[in-house]
Amino acid sequence: MNAIILLLVGLGAMALGYVFYSKFIAEKIYRLQADYPTPAHTLRDGVDYVPTNRFVLWGHHFTSVAGAAPIVGPAIAVIWGWAPAFLWVTLGTVFFAGVHDFGALWASVRNKGKSMGMLSGSYIGRRGRNLFLVVIFLLLLMVNAAFAVVIANLLVSTPTSVIPVWGAILVALVIGQLIYRWKVGLLWPSIGGVIVLYALILIGNSYPLVLPDSVFGMSAKSAWIVLLFLYAGIASLLPVWVLLQPRDYINGLQLFVGLGILYAAVLFASPTIVAPAFNDNVPDGTPGIVPLLFVTIACGAISGFHGMVASGTTSKQLDKETDARFVGYFGAVGEGMLSLAAIICCTAGFATLVDWQAVYAQFGAGGVTAFVNGGDVLLMEGLGMPEQLGSTMLATMAILFAATTMDTGLRLQRFVVQEAAELAGFKVGTFLGTVVALAVCMALAFGAGGDGAGGMVIWPLFGTTNQLLAALTLAVISVILIRKGRNPLFTLVPLVFLLVMSLYALIVQLGTFLEQGNWLLLAMDVVILVAALWVSFEAFLAMRKGRDAGAAEDGTLDGERG
Amino acid sequence: MATDAPGGSPLARLSAALGEFYAAPYRRTFARARRDEDDLFMLLVCSEALGVPNPAAYYTLELMPVLYERFHDWHRRMGMERSPLDHVGCC
Repeated sequence: MNAIILLLVGLGAMALGYVFYSKFIAEKIYRLQADYPTPAHTLRDGVDYVPTNRFVLWGHHFTSVAGAAPIVGPAIAVIWGWAPAFLWVTLGTVFFAGVHDFGALWASVRNKGKSMGMLSGSYIGRRGRNLFLVVIFLLLLMVNAAFAVVIANLLVSTPTSVIPVWGAILVALVIGQLIYRWKVGLLWPSIGGVIVLYALILIGNSYPLVLPDSVFGMSAKSAWIVLLFLYAGIASLLPVWVLLQPRDYINGLQLFVGLGILYAAVLFASPTIVAPAFNDNVPDGTPGIVPLLFVTIACGAISGFHGMVASGTTSKQLDKETDARFVGYFGAVGEGMLSLAAIICCTAGFATLVDWQAVYAQFGAGGVTAFVNGGDVLLMEGLGMPEQLGSTMLATMAILFAATTMDTGLRLQRFVVQEAAELAGFKVGTFLGTVVALAVCMALAFGAGGDGAGGMVIWPLFGTTNQLLAALTLAVISVILIRKGRNPLFTLVPLVFLLVMSLYALIVQLGTFLEQGNWLLLAMDVVILVAALWVSFEAFLAMRKGRDAGAAEDGTLDGERG
Repeated sequence: MATDAPGGSPLARLSAALGEFYAAPYRRTFARARRDEDDLFMLLVCSEALGVPNPAAYYTLELMPVLYERFHDWHRRMGMERSPLDHVGCC
């Protein structure tokens, strides 16, 4: 089949979802009101609560939620064939992620911009909130450890990306200095920055950098992982204006440019999909498609992380309540589009089925490398990009996403360490907090699997944890809807589906880890499983209580009008 | 910039939108840093006023060059063209 059909059907379905389904949800279920005073206005403080242009807010929301996950997930999941991944990404975006992200934003706006953690405290109970913290810590740990492996793999497999990736840090440092020291306006540094970034891609393409086979007795991959953790540690200690802020910014711009180029390439190349629609010849050791597909592709279909961002920062900046539909739902569509591009690269960017099978010879073997190589072929055919240049560009793009998520993740994890220490009654400084956070991540990366690849071993657990978080968010939204006496079916169906799939996946994995004698993952699996059962129980109780409280509360909750 | 910011040419609007895109996620971090700085300043001023010996007195000399720029901004804001203090010759 031609990939353009897949592209058009996917984009068409998402567009229809946005135009019709999100409109229905906005009007009938969440009942958005244009004149509802949002927290950005009622609590305006010029810091967290600032009414923001909806396009700018969408850009923020989208770049905050888009890490490496919408690429990694589909790139692994197409091993079961392109059709299941495509269906899950498209239907997941329209009926699951859109409602979830949009709902989290709406629920937070209706509750003074409180985060999902706080909301779960009010609607599901204190235990629900504590559980939330455990899940968040585990999620951050997995993101940091797994992304280090993803980046290291790319740096090894695409040595041409080394110069642009590390050069991007220099570009960010210069932009930070220009803006804060020399007070230059943003327009020209932005344009200059993007041009330099792409020039670095050209330079890197001509001068690949390869680490020696053994660096202080470590393999090249392990050395990269250690270097990346060191970088993330330093980045999270520096003042944000020096590196993180300009880096996030320039990466955001690059994301929009890169995604545009990729879609244009597919349209011009009009490639044929060589991978089977349903792969009934999966390699040995590949787990069953149900339930693993639904946890392997988390971001891009539905992801709990989005709810955290939507209720954490986005909700405090929403100018009008009706903007929630564009920012929340269309934010999910943006991520779905990224996943769709990843699916097309990993299934249509190969010459023959045999080539594809050679890459997907083992579960988890395809990954981002398949996205990069497949995308390279598409860029070459569609836009006439010289060979290898496309993979340098895509590898740089994927690494930049993962790296910005990683250094922010490490900073967040340091905060969690400091808060936990404070609860335990002693004070942990910034430096010590960072060292502890780094040590935990590295212990996982090097303890759970050889060669520092422990982060990748836990990837399926990332999916389940993330889906669990999404289920928790959907549960909070459902409780609110039930209390308001509205139809909760549109959030309850995704909630039940996600919970069943996550629990099923956790039980399947529990057996696998037990067989392998992998005690670390076994322990983590048990923690997540207990948390999942706990959430289901608490949410069920809260919903029953909500129903008993009845529709009497409708229209009165949190000062709602009309 | 909020949505109620003035319009202007498309280029100016683009520049404003880029500025918003740049600053928004970090507003809280900067506000927190500013607050910490103000707290420290308050602590030093209060201890000075109460006659508590300032343990950082020796090091504050090193901070003078940093202070000069801010002092300069301050006296300009207060409507004084030139530095009002003889021993602080910022301009």
